Amino acid sequence: MRELRTLALAIAALFTAAPVSAKTLIYCSEGSPENFYPAVNTTGTSFDANTQIYSRIVDFERGGTTVVPSLAEKWDISSDGTVYTFHLRKGVKWQSNRLFKPTRDFSADDMIFSIERQWKENNPYYRVTSSDHAYFGDMGMPALLKSVEKLDDLTVRITLNRPEAPFLSDLAMEYAGIQSKEYADAMLKAGTPEKIDQEPIGTGPFFLVQYQKDAIIRYRAFPDYFGGKAKIDDLIFAITPDAAVRWAKLQKGECHVMPYPTPADLDAMRRDPNVQILEQPGLNIGYLAYNTLKKPFTDARVRRALNMAINKKAIIDAVYLSTGIAAKNPIPPTMWSYNDDIKDDPYDPAAAKKLLAEAGYPNGFETDLWAMPVQRPYNPNARRIAELMQADLAQIGVKAEIKSFEWGEYRKRIEAGEHQMAQIGWTGDNGDPDNFLHTLLGCDAAKGNGSNVAKWCYKPFDDLVLKAKTVSSQAERTALYRQAQVIFKEQAPWFTIAHAVQLVPVRKEVIDFKLSPFSRHTFYGVDIKQ
Amino acid sequence: MIRFALTRIAMVIPTFIGITLAAFCLIRLVPADPIETMAGERGIDPVRHERLLHEYGLDQSIPVQYTRYIERVLHGDLGRSFITHEAVVSEFAALFPATIELALCAILFAVIIGLPAGIIAAVRRNSIFDHGAMSVALAGYSMPIFWWGLLLIYLFSIKLDLTPVSGRIAVQYFVEPVTGFLLIDTLLSGDKAAFLSALSHIALPAVVLGTVPLAVIARMTRSAMLEVLGEDYIRTARAKGLPAFRVICVHALRNALIPVITVIGLQVGVLFTGAILTETLFSWPGVGKWLYEAINRRDYPVLQGGTLLIGAVVMAVNLLIDLTYGLINPRIRHAR
Repeated sequence: MRELRTLALAIAALFTAAPVSAKTLIYCSEGSPENFYPAVNTTGTSFDANTQIYSRIVDFERGGTTVVPSLAEKWDISSDGTVYTFHLRKGVKWQSNRLFKPTRDFSADDMIFSIERQWKENNPYYRVTSSDHAYFGDMGMPALLKSVEKLDDLTVRITLNRPEAPFLSDLAMEYAGIQSKEYADAMLKAGTPEKIDQEPIGTGPFFLVQYQKDAIIRYRAFPDYFGGKAKIDDLIFAITPDAAVRWAKLQKGECHVMPYPTPADLDAMRRDPNVQILEQPGLNIGYLAYNTLKKPFTDARVRRALNMAINKKAIIDAVYLSTGIAAKNPIPPTMWSYNDDIKDDPYDPAAAKKLLAEAGYPNGFETDLWAMPVQRPYNPNARRIAELMQADLAQIGVKAEIKSFEWGEYRKRIEAGEHQMAQIGWTGDNGDPDNFLHTLLGCDAAKGNGSNVAKWCYKPFDDLVLKAKTVSSQAERTALYRQAQVIFKEQAPWFTIAHAVQLVPVRKEVIDFKLSPFSRHTFYGVDIKQ
Repeated sequence: MIRFALTRIAMVIPTFIGITLAAFCLIRLVPADPIETMAGERGIDPVRHERLLHEYGLDQSIPVQYTRYIERVLHGDLGRSFITHEAVVSEFAALFPATIELALCAILFAVIIGLPAGIIAAVRRNSIFDHGAMSVALAGYSMPIFWWGLLLIYLFSIKLDLTPVSGRIAVQYFVEPVTGFLLIDTLLSGDKAAFLSALSHIALPAVVLGTVPLAVIARMTRSAMLEVLGEDYIRTARAKGLPAFRVICVHALRNALIPVITVIGLQVGVLFTGAILTETLFSWPGVGKWLYEAINRRDYPVLQGGTLLIGAVVMAVNLLIDLTYGLINPRIRHAR
């Protein structure tokens, strides 16, 4: 053993003798990115890898959901809310790589290229890497955009077919990362268009140095970044899929920041003097949706009765442990327009039984209760939650049979409305309440296989969220959304379970790492003590 | 010998067809549509769903899909990943050296420890060593890889601080891949510290992955040796006064090796299975972890292509083993 230790010390000595850059931050990421083209990415892992490289026209403030200038310094919105004129920043430099050295700064051409690449099928890049521009489609851009025009090198006018208040937030999302048209043209000419998505250049704070799938992503601070050079010199993503191993690496100082800890490790993390856990409620919600098209859930009294029969606190304590907070509204408390005046349904089985009798079910009824087969960011163990709910419901005479399907099949079936009660959830895209209230509860989403799995189409509610889409004043929108939440609570299409708390353990030498409400992990502005 | 080799090679062809069929069909038996799996909570509108099914060729009947797949395979095209949109062959080529490097180190570890342990246990039958070694082998064989790996990380990396937790090399070393085998690439780069770093990183995963083969090899060597040591010709050799070392290592071991080599060959398949967990645990960028993710995400091209390529490697190794028998034991070569 002594010999082994001597060898290890010798190895350690060699490691420390090796040249290390001035300031290197190592992030133990959970997986490999899909590729380096955020417009076709669908996972947070890919967005984390790409957000270091690319900038967007507008951005979310660091650690928040407010839209702030980025590549566009300012913008004007027409009084009818359909024309956006973006005034772009001058002198923004592009990164370079072994394939391409830019000859010009960022301009309107790049912005238009990046939009048209996702929008127009005749764009030569439309099908490069993939034609499935998932988020562009999901945010309704093809139907929303009327025209995108270059007014001059640094001015772009976007005209919409209808007013859409969350439009700026949509442009701050990762899928809207801006790529270089000059690089794209050069690669097209060279016959290797896919290279722009494999060896990317952007205008972001870090440029890509090396990527080895499932092993490592190396970035270096881009000295000409328009916001000023990053405080760290090198950023390394050490790809570490297992949460227990990420924690072991953090303990040993082999990485400085890790995402998605296992709840079982949290106590040990809190005891470690070299580690602090940053936490905030995430932009998410886990809920149980009642199928309001199927009896007995067509009656709001039945839904409210069930809401009172389920012991939410017991679920949070037993399943979420310290990683969730009870949800009373369909939007998370960190989101603007959250209505904190609303009182949650009390846990009161006697009152629930009485209300159920009033609705015509004094002896309860039989129903199904669907539980996801997988862990999700907003729900650590749907099966366990279903068991707890089942026991609570049995007390008021409701016999719930737990059902589950393979994950893809599960979603397909609940979107088709095959369930009576089903657990599901949501993680916000753009920080706008519309992304929860209209996307998950609007009448449009209740049709066909939409994401309104409660199939709840209630005109007074829908009118409010539709109106809020067309109003640009945030104060006015807030009032509309607050009222919508009151109606939601009265009508109870869901039993709101919890908002999962985002937890990021970081080593204490890391300075000013800010949690993102979107669960992004960005490192511009972060410093490290040496 | 040539006839023997050709017969064995001919037997590979139906196996290869079987693998393509199994890889193709099994993944399609798993419920879930890859497009739905990609969509997540967001769901997917039916138009986009249909378009993607068409683009990926999944709207065709299964026999048509299979025929097209085989056509492409015969042209050397294993398709592109649904997730990364990269060619399956190029992803495999980038990741496979890491798996091979790990598997070779694991099997080397298993043979170096397992073979002598089995021989000694057989020679000193019923001794403390025999009972001890076989109990340890049984424990090693029964050990769940994930748990065993975490245990070793906890002891050697965290408590004793002897080895790194995971990865292939410390992040400060920037070694451009030449062969893809990091132990070789670091030597080629002339950076001794980088080589030692790579070596220290491979130690734990190799031990974890090599544990089950080690147990199997040790037990198989022991039983084969016991059988051979009881043979008449061994008694004759001893009676003629040959030194014990020569009797055991030349006369007995050579004959006992045939089942042991068979087992080593079979362990190659076990290594690839074990690599899925070991690579995930130790963040080892190999094909095991790649396939594991492909299963979760229903990435059909990766699963089909990866299974086919790994199947080809396992078959090649077993073919090599078959041919090796012929060299070790001429009777096998001449058998029909």
